[in-house]
Amino acid sequence: MAEFKGPRSSVAAVMLALAVVVEPAVTQQSPPPQIPPVLQKYRPVTTDRLRKPEDSEWLMVRRTYDGWGYSPLQQVTRSNIARLQPAWVVATGVTNGHQAPPIVNNGVMFVATPGNQVIALDARTGAILWRYRRPLPEDVILLHPTSRGVALYEDRVFFAAAEAVLVALDARTGKEIWTTEVAKNSNGYYMSLAPLVAGGKVMVGTSGGELGVRGFVAAYDPATGKEAWRVHTVPAPGEPGSETWPKGDEWKTGGGSVWITGNYDPETNLAFWGTGNGGPWMGDQRPGDNLYTSSTIAIDVTTGAIKGHHQYHPNDSWDWDEVSPPILVDYRRDGRTIKGLIDVARDGYLWFLERTDSKINFIEGKPFVQQNVFRSLDPKTGRPEINPDRKPATGKTVEFCPSLWGGKTWPPIAFSPQTRMIYIPANENLCQRMTGDPVKYSPGSPFTGAKYTLVLAPGAADHIGEVQAWHVDTGKRVWTHEYSKSPNWGPMLATGGGLVFTGGTTDRLFRAFDAENGKLLWEFPTNSGITGQPSSFEVDGKQYIAVQSGWGVDARAMTAVLNTLSPGNYPDVPEGGAIWVFAIK
Amino acid sequence: MSDPKKFPDRRVVLKGGLAWGIGLGFAPGLGRAQDNSTAARPRPGDLLVNVDDTSLAPLGPQDILAGAPVLAWALDRADGTVRNGSRLNRVLLMRLDPERLAPETKERAADGVVAYTAICTHTGCEVTGWLAAEQLLQCACHASKFDPSDGARVVEGPAPRTLPALPLGVENGRLVVSRPFTSRVGFESA
Repeated sequence: MAEFKGPRSSVAAVMLALAVVVEPAVTQQSPPPQIPPVLQKYRPVTTDRLRKPEDSEWLMVRRTYDGWGYSPLQQVTRSNIARLQPAWVVATGVTNGHQAPPIVNNGVMFVATPGNQVIALDARTGAILWRYRRPLPEDVILLHPTSRGVALYEDRVFFAAAEAVLVALDARTGKEIWTTEVAKNSNGYYMSLAPLVAGGKVMVGTSGGELGVRGFVAAYDPATGKEAWRVHTVPAPGEPGSETWPKGDEWKTGGGSVWITGNYDPETNLAFWGTGNGGPWMGDQRPGDNLYTSSTIAIDVTTGAIKGHHQYHPNDSWDWDEVSPPILVDYRRDGRTIKGLIDVARDGYLWFLERTDSKINFIEGKPFVQQNVFRSLDPKTGRPEINPDRKPATGKTVEFCPSLWGGKTWPPIAFSPQTRMIYIPANENLCQRMTGDPVKYSPGSPFTGAKYTLVLAPGAADHIGEVQAWHVDTGKRVWTHEYSKSPNWGPMLATGGGLVFTGGTTDRLFRAFDAENGKLLWEFPTNSGITGQPSSFEVDGKQYIAVQSGWGVDARAMTAVLNTLSPGNYPDVPEGGAIWVFAIK
Repeated sequence: MSDPKKFPDRRVVLKGGLAWGIGLGFAPGLGRAQDNSTAARPRPGDLLVNVDDTSLAPLGPQDILAGAPVLAWALDRADGTVRNGSRLNRVLLMRLDPERLAPETKERAADGVVAYTAICTHTGCEVTGWLAAEQLLQCACHASKFDPSDGARVVEGPAPRTLPALPLGVENGRLVVSRPFTSRVGFESA
């Protein structure tokens, strides 16, 4: 499943292939494979490096534990970006949604793609060093064929395979070191997130919120793959939070899936994970607040204990997963500095919270797109008062805004410490019509109990996609860029050169904005639509900007429905993935 | 995915003595052969049984009511094998007005009952929603809509192609698979 692409003799290649597919004994008899020079000097990723990466590196999915999506590199600037050009491009060989960031350690790039593939490349030249391909079962349950990245630790690469198997690879060879089944794919559990390595553990959660899963975060020993702990996002009877569930068995299929990587605070050893909506979708089928669905939970990485939580909205009935974790950023409010968490939620609200060594405190919440479900927020707790006319239920049809895809779905925001702004990929003017249905649980089968249609907001649908910039110390919006003909599915990157990079639109463009004022400075048409997380790194003193282009999954689904609502205006985006790397020439 | 073990015995023997005798004769390869046959796609001559019916009573056209799609497995009537070894074998049965069927769909139907794969061609979610007002099927995961009266063509949403159809016939009052699926069942996982 792994193969070298580095220089070596054909005999060695044959011997290596035999070593991979035949018997361990053959491995012992094979000559040692010739490791490409860039991998020979591979620099292990230590705990210290994960906490404080060199400016040149992009070692984890959002680069740093605080989730900023910010590179301090500043060679590429407002003044020279007109000369930003492709340095190299490589086809991934697969279709569907390419959402992973190019992760770079000391000149070696690791990219995860759909189809259970990890590619290692020379980050400077694009030369392929090895490819790992893990065959997918023909009948795999995989409602979102994508991967959002790998995790690095020591000399290993950790990959969450789609069929809910955690894989540890040798960073130098791409060979499997161990695999561990995280959950039964046949019961609807599948994975798409990048693992999180922190506190000496590698952590994952699973998707499956449409299939009656019971969400969890699990931690494993990076050396052996042995499970260290597992904490469910839906408590069993008697556990804290179980009082928010009905007395029956609803908790067993209660949802709260976990499909985006959490952020981490080394000071408190707490990891902040976001959770999906409850299952089935209609809240009246599981009365109660349903902790810890549609929440952020603070997990003690040593023990797995949930030390704090904030539920954005109780008893979800809108399919508003809140899986994007809050970023960790300290901000000013009312004359004091708050050790903060900032979350841009699918429910259409921007949440300013406070982190402690345990509980999460509410500070402020406000809508960033049209939102007609919340009447108000409790000033102390942030708990929304729900307009019952905007809450679908079994046998009841309602329209609500934003749509089930939310004001922002999974694509992550970025934060620039230079501008003190967060950058949000938003979708405005989209609403939903939804009807609840009774539904019966069957393992691995849909457990949504809803029919639904996307609708445009009345009289206001002049655009959908937006990039919004909000100042974290004022809590006010500074600038907005509107996309007149496209939704926005573009993860954000902020850089020390005063720039914001993103794609996300149906016109296949990769763009750079002035981080201060939102002026569009540069754009480049790629092969497909960009839903990948951009990253930036430096090799041999040169700064690069990298991103995957490859449309698919829910971006494709939304576009297809929009093209029905507004025929011809949202044509298909060509699929097929590529890794693009840009530099100043 | 339905677990094959949920059935008391997936080698349920309709013609007990004969099937058991064959099994003994090929004992060394028994397990593998049976695994393959439970995962094999429906074959001409197969009967159909409701996925929730552990009694494995073969379905007839009268069991399929208008507006109430039924999920079914194929059953090999030669040895009683239920083809539930792959979730890709889930079959959606629907009763439609024969006068509304497109010619090709009408030719595949049996007494107004049509059959399609239940697996969406987009990402493999099960197509179980029935929109009565529109007379369309809807996938629960990404909202693709299909017209079962016209070859399950894609009416809306991201599905890249029609749902493969399973042509049906009727024998002795029971629905019978008359031909294999009209195209490959499944989706593009990468």
